[in-house]
Amino acid sequence: MNRYPVWKYAIILVALLVAGLYALPNFFGESPAVQVSTAKASIKMDAAALGRVEEALKAAGITAEAVSLDGTSIKARFPNTDAQITAKDVIQKAFNPDPANPDYVVALNLLSRSPAWLTSLHASPMYLGLDLRGGVHFMLQVDMQAALSKKAESLAGDIRTALREKNVRHSGINRNGQTIEIRFRDAQTAEAARRIVQDQFADLDMVQSADGSEFKIVASIKPAAARTVQEQALKQNITTLHNRINELGVAEPVIQQQGLDRIVVQLPGVQDTAKAKDILGRTATLEIRMVDDGSDARAAEVGSGVVPFGSERYLERNGQAVIVKKQVILTGDNLTDAQPGFDSQTQEPTVNLSLDAKGARIFRDVTRESIGKRMAILLFEKGKGEVVTAPVIRSEIGGGRVQISGAMTIVEANDTALLLRAGSLAAPMEIIEERTIGPSLGAENITKGFHSVTWGFVAVAIFMCIYYMLFGVISSVALAFNLLLLVAVLSMLQATLTLPGMAAMALVLGMAIDANVLINERVREELRNGASPQAAIHAGYDRAWATIIDSNVTTLIAGLALLAFGSGPVRGFAVVHCLGILTSMFSGVFFSRGVVNLWYGRQKKLKTVSIGTVWRPDSGNQVTPN
Amino acid sequence: MEFFKIHRDIPFMRHARLFNLVSFVTFVAAVFFLFSRGLHLSVEFTGGTLMEVSYSQPADLNVVRSAIDKLGIKDVQVQNFGTAQDVLIRMPVQKGTTSGQQSEAVMGALKAADASATMRRTEFVGPQVGDELAADGLKALAFVVVGIMLYLAIRFEWKFAVAAIIANLHDVIIILGFFAFFQWEFSLPVLAAVLAVLGYSVNESVVIFDRIRENFRRYRKMNTEEIINNAITSTISRTIITHASTQMMVLSMLLFGGATLHYFALALTIGILFGIYSSVFVAASIAMWLGIQREDLIKGPVKKDTDPSDPNAGATV
Repeated sequence: MNRYPVWKYAIILVALLVAGLYALPNFFGESPAVQVSTAKASIKMDAAALGRVEEALKAAGITAEAVSLDGTSIKARFPNTDAQITAKDVIQKAFNPDPANPDYVVALNLLSRSPAWLTSLHASPMYLGLDLRGGVHFMLQVDMQAALSKKAESLAGDIRTALREKNVRHSGINRNGQTIEIRFRDAQTAEAARRIVQDQFADLDMVQSADGSEFKIVASIKPAAARTVQEQALKQNITTLHNRINELGVAEPVIQQQGLDRIVVQLPGVQDTAKAKDILGRTATLEIRMVDDGSDARAAEVGSGVVPFGSERYLERNGQAVIVKKQVILTGDNLTDAQPGFDSQTQEPTVNLSLDAKGARIFRDVTRESIGKRMAILLFEKGKGEVVTAPVIRSEIGGGRVQISGAMTIVEANDTALLLRAGSLAAPMEIIEERTIGPSLGAENITKGFHSVTWGFVAVAIFMCIYYMLFGVISSVALAFNLLLLVAVLSMLQATLTLPGMAAMALVLGMAIDANVLINERVREELRNGASPQAAIHAGYDRAWATIIDSNVTTLIAGLALLAFGSGPVRGFAVVHCLGILTSMFSGVFFSRGVVNLWYGRQKKLKTVSIGTVWRPDSGNQVTPN
Repeated sequence: MEFFKIHRDIPFMRHARLFNLVSFVTFVAAVFFLFSRGLHLSVEFTGGTLMEVSYSQPADLNVVRSAIDKLGIKDVQVQNFGTAQDVLIRMPVQKGTTSGQQSEAVMGALKAADASATMRRTEFVGPQVGDELAADGLKALAFVVVGIMLYLAIRFEWKFAVAAIIANLHDVIIILGFFAFFQWEFSLPVLAAVLAVLGYSVNESVVIFDRIRENFRRYRKMNTEEIINNAITSTISRTIITHASTQMMVLSMLLFGGATLHYFALALTIGILFGIYSSVFVAASIAMWLGIQREDLIKGPVKKDTDPSDPNAGATV
């Protein structure tokens, strides 16, 4: 009665094998490594780059344990940190001859020592959370209202152009928050304009109204379009962050969207938090606008008049005021590259910009119409704008290549180029959560978590073996199998292991033994009531099953709630907790029964079972079933 | 070995009234402390800055305090964390300065006072994140309570579901009461522990309920009280051994897990101790007061015995 068919043993064997295989990489430890990845989308990492790394190392006389191409990056492992650091310098020099303009990101990293055949099976060690490896964690909040205002501003500009093309006369287009107001003198023009806007701008909702002698159209962004704007803003901000973090040279940064308007950034191993924050925190948006050169504006510039309607006042870096039109010609979105350089004639430092096709077209049109006028490049940081430079347009500029020159030092040109190249943010961001964990604390946390699990496990196993004899040994083996399964599943999923996760591991092991205690106690009880050993084992496992299901499902409900509503440390706990419940059902019931069946199931005339003392009351006071 | 040599059923339910009174009093005390003292919420919930600084020799907290005082930051808490060398500094959200500037300024001042100061960890949480976490925590609690009640109501009967949930909320409130009374720090891991206890503690009730249901089928002559007594008596060995092994694990966390896991393990310990008590004396007795009877389970809508697709039909412990 206590026999498993062969296929059940096959399942157990396969599970054991797979679990062993995927848990294995965790035991090899890590070695120092250097990781090379591209800083630009135009450069691909390939076999040629791999050859360059190998050559550079050979030339410097450094022997790497292994050099491999892994998707988007090359990773080289070294026996010690000394070799790692010299190798980093060597590779840095070979790949980035111009340090001001790096094409590649060369970063220090830690890589698993597990052999290549394991890696080729996609078996990698568990991914350690920041609290276990040290590093910085940021949560950034994107200001979506600002993104929408900006969109409204650019739509207002587009409407202006569209109406001019169709020769529809308006008496003013103005952005008011996130709505656009267009005023007209008569109803016919208003109606004509409404049709044009409706045809060309599907993203706008319009309300037409008459206000005394004036006719007005108020356009607002449709909710669906607003959502798209927000999604795109978030996406662009993430891209920009990617570019900026590349400048830091972090080995495996995590940049993820969280919720509708948040971005989580994790930089493992980064110690210089001030620099990291500085680079992330540059919440810069770039805009190109025309300088207002009307006489009113001139007066306002020197401080002797009010800023004309439709213009704004900004300061240049040297403190001089510049009156700039509100209408945005181009934003950082249209910029593809920015490099520092020198003017071939004057030898002045310059910043050379490349624009995308749309940007190039707009730029050509604007420069053709405005030769001799000034154009301002504005940088917005945390809502405050500053004029980076306001050069005079000398000629029509086509082809999307723009040179900015004038009163710049080499350092300033470099800084400006870096800032422009790193891209602009579609909307300002603010750091709303920040965690830094030192590397020594991370290592300490691993040891502590490891000790908690080990000693707890040993204590439980010793107790089970003494109290339940052979059944206790089997229960302990099942518990060990559970731990192996859990580690394997966590490694396979590449779920992030954190200190609360390790705590969950310990807790799950404590709770997993519940299934075996239930079974063992039930077997004892059946024996006490006079059942034969084989029947007792059978009844023990069968009857315990329903209870185990019930109790595990309730625990799983709690675990899922934590997974759904938790964040950060709670989520780390919940993932391990939920997985542990699932693996414990497999190991505690299915696996342990397999072992018991293997041991006792073949014996036809089983006299005794090694399950510790089965105490029987001497007097007849016990309850008997009727 | 056998710890439990019980000759006859222990009359747990005879003293149900007394124990219910005891739980009621502890419950009221816990609620009282929760309201009078409140929880000492961690930076994760309240928002603010937290720094862990390590010194090469035992740190002089007064020096640390005066160094921070000079910066003009108010309501700062300074305490040892784990060892005498490690110091935990907690600062509320400051208007005007960002957390980065704040933590850098503090670190600079500490380094000036004692060069061996090294930063081990900083955490900054904006106030709105804290509010969200608190809201999410309450949502999670509600989800767990509703989920477990639904599951138990389907598997057993509503009376059991109500009894189990009251018993286990009682555990949760008592854990919170302890945290309020001793002003231990209530952090996110502690919240995770509390919710894990809720799931865990229901296990106990479920095991006893399972046995009560089985007894109703087997012993037709017993009354409800006798049936409950027998169910608790025959599962008490399993209850205590399971709790003991879980407690061994938690103890290991308490001993080796360090300061970070300290309160987490403490919350679990309280949960485990009260878990035994509540499932025996609170869950079972509330189920009794609610008037569970044989007919509820035998003729209930879920007749497991007749479910042909369930291979474990009728299986109980």
